[in-house]
Amino acid sequence: MKEIQKTFTPLVIFLTLVMTIGLTLQACAYEDDDDDDEGFSRFLPARMDFRPADDPQYREECGACHLAYPPGMLPARSWQRIMSGLEDHFGENAELDAQTARHITEYLSANAADRSHTGRAPNIARSLGVDAPLRFTETRYFLRKHHEIPPRLVVNNPDVESFSRCEACHTGAERGDYDEHQVRIPGVGRWDD
Amino acid sequence: MFKARALIPFFLLLGTTVAVADRRAVLEHYSATAENAPSAERGRMLWNKPGIRGRDCTQCHGNDLRQAGRHRRTRKPIDPMAPSVNPKRFTDLRKVEKWFHRNCKWTWGRECTAQEKADILQWLNTL
Ligand code: HEC
Ligand code: HEC
Repeated sequence: MKEIQKTFTPLVIFLTLVMTIGLTLQACAYEDDDDDDEGFSRFLPARMDFRPADDPQYREECGACHLAYPPGMLPARSWQRIMSGLEDHFGENAELDAQTARHITEYLSANAADRSHTGRAPNIARSLGVDAPLRFTETRYFLRKHHEIPPRLVVNNPDVESFSRCEACHTGAERGDYDEHQVRIPGVGRWDD
Repeated sequence: MFKARALIPFFLLLGTTVAVADRRAVLEHYSATAENAPSAERGRMLWNKPGIRGRDCTQCHGNDLRQAGRHRRTRKPIDPMAPSVNPKRFTDLRKVEKWFHRNCKWTWGRECTAQEKADILQWLNTL
């Protein structure tokens, strides 16, 4: 009995080590790949694709008409463009007083895709290069994740109408959770690809 | 025995009284620089006045101001405008001015005058 234990214990230790190294390498490999299931998020207990918007003033002002989008969704230069054009904000007027606008611009810039290390932010920043898009929904990164969804489920769907309404399909959007297994397209149900 | 629950009606009454006072202060901010006393009848007509490019107030606020509206593009619900069902309405000058500023420009293509704002508030406060 003692004999078996003597040869078995090192073997167990060895196998555990191999598995740990393997998993770590696999996770690193995913980090570099800017596509699916990125990074260590797979190994974290609660999944977080984006750090949710947590500044009260930002949530109040920029969550008035739509989801308070996660700052990590766009780079600082995009947020600065958005914040300097609020008088014509995608055809709406979203003007703010100078003091509030300054605070929100600072918050968004400090937590932007190119400044944040959380979830998808670094990969989004990398995929954009030097572009400064006004919409996340028009970036290659976004389009690649959503190219399998036919327009009839979005534009022609009265319960969605626009890809900008993340929360219409992503039930965890407020928490920053965009896992494809949490997606429920209204009138369609669970998304299985 | 003293019951805390007995205080609930008192706080409700206090809350309503404070809201009424705040609404009056907001309205007075505008009527102070308006030429005429605020008129609910003019306010009602202004609310229903067609704006530029087919725009008007009801597109987001709906036809029954005691019920929630919906942003016409983002579909996000907008709390009822009538203070009788939404007592927080028109008690915060900063918020009232922010939305007057944005929505007069968007709907009518220009800012509203102090008179127009006073009239509209006077009317909304009766709902
Ligand atoms: C008056 C309403 C309103 C307010 C206030 C508002 N927005 Fe928007 N926003 C919109 C509309 C409408 C769209 C376009 C939605 C669509 O195309 O379906 C939009 C779109 C966006 C988009 C693009 C989403 C995408 O990727 O398609 C971003 C980013 C955005 N808003 C940021 C902000 C920020 C930051 C603030 C706060 C300063 C703000 N919004 C305040 C109405 C508003
Ligand atoms: C019409 C419904 C719909 C809307 C609106 C929508 N998405 Fe998605 N999204 C999906 C579906 C379905 C998938 C899974 C696609 C697949 O796996 O083929 C997905 C995938 C994603 C993924 C990748 C998830 C993963 O596990 O790989 C991200 C990130 C994402 N969406 C972010 C957003 C953001 C941010 C918005 C809003 C700006 C948004 N989506 C709006 C339906 C939607």
